[in-house]
Amino acid sequence: MSENQYIPKTKLAKWFDSRLPLLSLSHHLKEYPTPKNLNYWWTFGGILTFCLITQIVTGVILGMHYVAHTDHAFESIEHIMRDVNYGWLLRYVHANGASMFFLAVYIHIFRGLYYGSYKAPREVIWIIGVIIYLLMMATAFMGYVLPWGQMSFWGATVITNLFSAIPLIGESITTWLWGGYAVDNPTLTRFYALHYLLPFLIFGLIILHIWALHVPGNNNPTGIDVKKNSNETMPFHPYMVMKDITALLVFIIIFFWFVFFAPNALGHPDNYIEANPLVTPTHIVPEWYLLPFYAILRAIPSKLGGVIFMFAAIFVLVLLPWLDTSKVRSSTFRPLYRKFFWVLVVAVILLGYLGAKPPEGIYLVLSRIATAYYFIHFLILLPVLGRYEKTDQLPMSISDPVLDKPGLIDKFKKAAGQYEGDNVGSFK
Amino acid sequence: MKVIMLGLLNRIILTILISIITTLSFADDQHSHGANTNYLNTDWSFKGIFGTFDRASLQRGYQVYQEVCAGCHSVQHLSYRNLSEKGGPEFSVEEAKAIAAQFEVEDGPNSDGEMFMRPGRLSDKFVKPYPNVQASTAANDGAYPPDMSVLAKARAGGADYIYSLLLGYEEAPAGFELDDGVYYNKYMPGNKIKMSAPISDGLVEYSDGTQATTAQMTKDVTTFLVWVSEPHLESQHRMGFKAIIYLIILFTLVYMSKQKVWSRFGSKKEPEEETYDKVERVVTEYEGEDPKTFK
Repeated sequence: MSENQYIPKTKLAKWFDSRLPLLSLSHHLKEYPTPKNLNYWWTFGGILTFCLITQIVTGVILGMHYVAHTDHAFESIEHIMRDVNYGWLLRYVHANGASMFFLAVYIHIFRGLYYGSYKAPREVIWIIGVIIYLLMMATAFMGYVLPWGQMSFWGATVITNLFSAIPLIGESITTWLWGGYAVDNPTLTRFYALHYLLPFLIFGLIILHIWALHVPGNNNPTGIDVKKNSNETMPFHPYMVMKDITALLVFIIIFFWFVFFAPNALGHPDNYIEANPLVTPTHIVPEWYLLPFYAILRAIPSKLGGVIFMFAAIFVLVLLPWLDTSKVRSSTFRPLYRKFFWVLVVAVILLGYLGAKPPEGIYLVLSRIATAYYFIHFLILLPVLGRYEKTDQLPMSISDPVLDKPGLIDKFKKAAGQYEGDNVGSFK
Repeated sequence: MKVIMLGLLNRIILTILISIITTLSFADDQHSHGANTNYLNTDWSFKGIFGTFDRASLQRGYQVYQEVCAGCHSVQHLSYRNLSEKGGPEFSVEEAKAIAAQFEVEDGPNSDGEMFMRPGRLSDKFVKPYPNVQASTAANDGAYPPDMSVLAKARAGGADYIYSLLLGYEEAPAGFELDDGVYYNKYMPGNKIKMSAPISDGLVEYSDGTQATTAQMTKDVTTFLVWVSEPHLESQHRMGFKAIIYLIILFTLVYMSKQKVWSRFGSKKEPEEETYDKVERVVTEYEGEDPKTFK
């Protein structure tokens, strides 16, 4: 942590910093050593921070115009879309921002899985991350209920009803969640209150997430430890800041393409129909980012079993640092794990696709297979692979792998050949 | 041995993946029965990055809505002032005022505590044909004519769906059971619709001399409904284009600065030089000589 200590230049700075070390903190953030070989997959942490701030800023302004009442919620959204200055922009940024937030978080999570960023000494970062992800899903789900469209209402009904599967106390829990005997006005107002609250909890957890990151420092694509204060690291500012902004701009371009040219592409048309407790939509589907879990839920024949598996699918991630027994972090040096990583990616995307389909016939069969794979991957493959997988030779340092580039070996041989005469057969 | 195992694993994974994709595409074909989603093809001026509304079409569309649809369908989130706003039909303020004044709006209570009727103003919302959903359902034989404020966004297929539906009435195929007051429509999910074909040739008389054919009226009213759903669509497109051009320029500049900043730390040559250092080291080890003679 204490790479180069902050030395106050003025008396005032010294006075202030000894009372509240904010200047030391900002110095630390600036000088924080990052491995020089981080690739663009490492820019999503910054992108996610941007997403959260965007959601909070647009959300607070939307909150000034939104009315959390079953009679007025839908109308107030239309008021925002039509009458509030740039209200359409705020709402489309907020709604598509949620999707982009999840897109970024999925990339962030899979990057962690690929490069083994969850392994010692970074388990705590990972676990905080899982909690953030869980809170994000809760926040997004409750936010989707607020416009009080058909999918809002029926999505809320389906998801809250899941708790009724809990034996003995299930029904009471559901009633307690609803604040009544059905999804109604009390449900809407409490969802609104929580939807406003949770992002700030996420914000606090993100500070812990970054704090926990700054203790061991970043992982990197090779997964081997870097020597701090060597030429293997570079200060966070300006190097990583510039790289993060570069990636962020590409992200924003994609984000804005959705906002301005396809703002409703990721939503469901039924949510533009006002909630009607007497009319059930033909297919009740959650937002795309919850679909893999929805598929797992429906893959299990019993309701309680489905709920257990759905939650287990998230909580298994908490155990991941101990389930993966391999000492090698990065998949770059794990030929077998790398294969199974991609199988997992395909299985999760497949689950997402199946979550949007009716749970019948081939769709159901496939979602059962993919669900089975999901759990086998974490609970069986990872512990077993760690034992039996023959990993590739690890380089000595993060700058070492360049020796493996085929062209360089040839150059080396040529140089040696010139020196030796052509008889280099014995030389390796 | 390891290589063979990995190759085998590759092949197994690939086979499973391909079989999943084929079964899924087959299953999707099986499931898409029911509603016809091959909507009629029309050129919409509002589609695409530079899409704008055809003003004349919007004004005609308003006329069709008012004379044909408004008897049953409300547009409760639209205000009369929207008719004169930029990006819409752009009636003049006087025209919009005149349109609003044609309608009686309930206001009050007055100083006697009585509700009273007065002519509509620009600030009023469009007057609804029925006071509430129940009344409109009862008046329409049990089928609620949906509010059309966001209809174009509330139906998969959007404008194309509405356009196709309005033109999709035809004789029911033999053996297709239809109750009284239910009509056959190609594009309606389930093919049963309680609204009779609403548009026919010459139903309205356009003041701008456009031929009031069924197709023309359908196109105009659909355009109008899309605008009703997205009254800010034009400024959305304009702002989006500007924002993205700006971001692309900014990205280029930032990317160039980033390259410049990074070149300070490690030049592109560095790894290669390092490699040569390593080569020297290895050669020294091998040769046990002074590496200076090498190279």
